[in-house]
Parts: sequence; C-alpha cells; structure tokens
Amino acid sequence: MTAIATKATRPYDLVKEFVIALAVVALLTVGLAAVFSSPDEKAITLQSWATSAPNDVVATAAAELAGTSTSAGYGGPYNTNAVGQTLGPLKLQKWAGVTTPVDSANDLVIKPLSQLQGSPLLSLALATWRNASPDEQTKWATAYSDALGKAPDGNPSAVARGSYGPVPVLTTAYLQQAQAGGLDGALAEPGFYGGNSTKSLLLLADGTYLEDQARARNLGGDQWGMMNETGNYPGQPWLWLYTFWYQVPPFNTSDNADAQVWALMALLSLGLLLLPFIPGLRSLPKYLGVYRIIWRRHYRAHPLR
Amino acid sequence: MTTAQGGMARVSGPSGPSWTARFRGRVARTVPPGQALPDRQPAYVASAIYVFGVLTLAAFVVVLVTGGVLAIGGSVWWHTSGLGHFTNSTHLWSVELFFAFMVIHLWGKFFMAAWRGKRALTWMTGVVCFLGSIGTAFTGYLVQSNFDSQWISTQAKDGLNSVGVGAFFNVLNPAQMLLWHVVLLPVVVGIITVLHLVLVRRHGVVPPIGEEEGA
Repeated sequence: MTAIATKATRPYDLVKEFVIALAVVALLTVGLAAVFSSPDEKAITLQSWATSAPNDVVATAAAELAGTSTSAGYGGPYNTNAVGQTLGPLKLQKWAGVTTPVDSANDLVIKPLSQLQGSPLLSLALATWRNASPDEQTKWATAYSDALGKAPDGNPSAVARGSYGPVPVLTTAYLQQAQAGGLDGALAEPGFYGGNSTKSLLLLADGTYLEDQARARNLGGDQWGMMNETGNYPGQPWLWLYTFWYQVPPFNTSDNADAQVWALMALLSLGLLLLPFIPGLRSLPKYLGVYRIIWRRHYRAHPLR
Repeated sequence: MTTAQGGMARVSGPSGPSWTARFRGRVARTVPPGQALPDRQPAYVASAIYVFGVLTLAAFVVVLVTGGVLAIGGSVWWHTSGLGHFTNSTHLWSVELFFAFMVIHLWGKFFMAAWRGKRALTWMTGVVCFLGSIGTAFTGYLVQSNFDSQWISTQAKDGLNSVGVGAFFNVLNPAQMLLWHVVLLPVVVGIITVLHLVLVRRHGVVPPIGEEEGA
C-alpha cells in the first residue's frame, strides 16, 4: 500500500519557512529581553568578602596555613594531598595529574602577604613563618584555626590565649590587605590571556561566605544547584537530569557523588546517542503511540492495517 | 601550460580527477540538485512538530548574532551599559528559546522514531548537537563575570575534576572559558549542525511508522 501513500507530496517552501521562523524568533527574543531582562548580580570581590565577612576571611586564611582548607586537601588537579574522587577502582582524578598546581598556604596566603611593604611586624612574622619547620607551621596554624572555631562568631579578637606563633599577625595583615583591595590584585595571575581566577576562586570557595550567598539564592547543590540562576530567571533547565541525581540516594550521601553522576550521565548520553541501535528502546516510540497523533491526518486517510 | 584548456586537461588526467573535482562530485552525490531545498515535501509532513527543527536553526542564528555583538562589546560592556545589558538579555533569551525548541524537536523525533530507514546518523548528529550545545551554554554561564559565574564555576569544577576532565579544562579560568564559548564550541556545534542538515536533506523526512520504505 504504502509506497503510493508515502509518495504523495504537497507544496512546501523551506526557505520561506526558515525566513518566517527567523523573524518570529528574533521578535520573540527582543520581546522577552525587553520584558524580562537578564540577571546580573555583582561578582564577590575578595575586598567585598573581607568587608562583609571579615571573620570568615581570617578563618579561611588560618585554614589555608594549617592545610585544612578544601583546596589544601583537594588532590588533582591542584595538588597531591588527596586521591580525590574515585569510580570504583578508577582513580580518574588522581590519574589526570596536577596540571594547575596550587600550594594553598604559600600561593593563597604567604605570597600575597609578601607583596606588602613597610610593616616590620609583618616582616618579622613572615620571617618567623618561613624559618619554622613544616610541623611547627602546621601546629601553630591548626591551634589558631581551632581557637577561632571556638571563639564567639569566630571573632579573632575573642580568641583564647595560646601558642599560635606568627599566625595571628599574618591573618590580621591578610584581612587588612583584603579589605584594602590588595588581595584581588595579588592573586590575579598574569599571562597571555589574563583573567585567570583560579586562585582567588579557590580561596573564596574555601570560605563559607560564597556558599552562604548561594544558598540564600537557592543555588545549593541540594537545591538543584547550578541549574538555577539568581532571581526569577529560567537558568539552565536543560541540566535538570544532571542536577536531579544530586537530590536522591545514593548520590546525595556519597563522597564520590560527582564522579558517579558524571559516569551515569556519560552512560545515559551514550544511550541517547546509540538509541537507534538498542533493541527494545528503539521500538519504544511504536508502543508509546504518540506518532499516531503526529501523523493523524495521514493515518486518517491511510489507516494502519 | 597554464591555459584554461591545460587546466581542464589536468582535472581529468590519467591519474583521475583532481581533489577539487572529487569534492564537488561528492557534494553533488550527497545532496543532489533539487534535494537541498525542494519545493515539495511528502504529504505526511503535516504537523506542527516539523516546525521545531527550523525554529531551532533560526534560534541558533539569533544566538550567534546576539553572542557575536556581545563578544565585540567585551566582557565588561554588558555590566556598564544599558545597551550592553539589553544585548546580553537578547543572548540569554535566544539561548532559552534555542533549547526549548531543540528539546521539543528532539522529543518529537524520538516519538517519530526518526532514525528509521538508514537515518541513524541523522539522529546521532542531532544528539551530538544537543550535547555540544549544553557544553557551549555551560561555558557561557562561566564567562558572565558576575556572581552566577563565580558560583557555577566553583561548583562545576568538582564534577569535572572528579573524572579528570578538570585537569585539562579549567572552569576557574574565565579567559580559557571565553575562548571555548565564543570560538571552539560554536564552531564544533556549527559544523555538526551543517552535517545534520545535510543528512536530513539527503535522506528526506522519515515516513510514518508502519509505512517504511519498501514495507
């Protein structure tokens, strides 16, 4: 039968259709832009962070020096201090190596502080730090970091007395440097392209301020995360399936959730790609029957046997 | 000799036609004259779902144009100028429309089992376009130089690092991401889109289920 039925034709101007579609989409775009605009919340600078949450900056600096910050114990691609996430026996994060080396204590705190001039107290504190053994450095910074954690609101001025070495002087100077705007420039990386924010973003993410701001805007990982956008904007709804997995077990409690979700999404993407060859799945549309609606006019004239 | 005749002779010399002639022949065989933009379609092409492929393509053009203007303005322009902000808004909304149309198009083609009749490659290039577009849009969110891009990049780095991709694709480097967003990924998506369109025109529109060619 069907050879004749499917060979019947009707006029169809593809060029005209495209031109009309282009005009409609262009008008729709301009209309939506005029009515809804687009989100643009200012970036958090290290200076604004230090002004809004000074105690968080001090706690983060102490954690960097103690080696207990997230970036300090991250693993690849920043350092070798952890294996990182694994996928069963596969240690993909470790195997990829250290391609963006970051020594959190030195790169994020000591080097920026070293750019400051004119403070004998800071120079002495830096010299004391550099001359100390790694164990001693860790001992001082850990003690101060713990003391900050016990102080009300993490307030450095309310920290109990203890053996902290030069750490309080370093973190105080660090906060002042940040508040004066010097830390933003000190962590910027020169290079051919410029604009590399790796170190400043790692530092900011090591604190709690960035996440607090994000959670307040419903951007947390357990709030469907980066699929959302600030304000009442649609964001990236096409990431719904990716962000979905983070909301349900076992992913929402797993230490290797990122690797597991990525593996799962790779598998699902491969499935979508190879759908025409997967027995059962490739026949699904036939059983779902939506095609009968799509081609209803055709089937009305040429009923299926 | 460098005369026209001499040149012509070399095209079909004893060693076969030149690569340019072979290329022209390949294109002509891939999409024969009249098949690229026909003035008639099978009668069963009579559903609103068919419009979404063309709408996706139209939205892609608007995305490229608005993104191009935005890129020319520079990364600071849209934060400091009303016109720049409006241009950014057109880029955002054209992207939203692009994805909406593309997803409807994809679902439509799924329900039509549009891979039938040696059209598997058409489906596959479409899926690659979809995945490539997600990557392109993702890098776009990373280069906004605002709070969103800071948060998205610090979150995304963990996913990418966990499988080793972050070692070669640093989402914390907006300058690197700008290159991916404005040049590399659009070129890749653009090329695959062209391939997808060529395959669509070459194989024609899939017939209704139950009425496959030769059935």
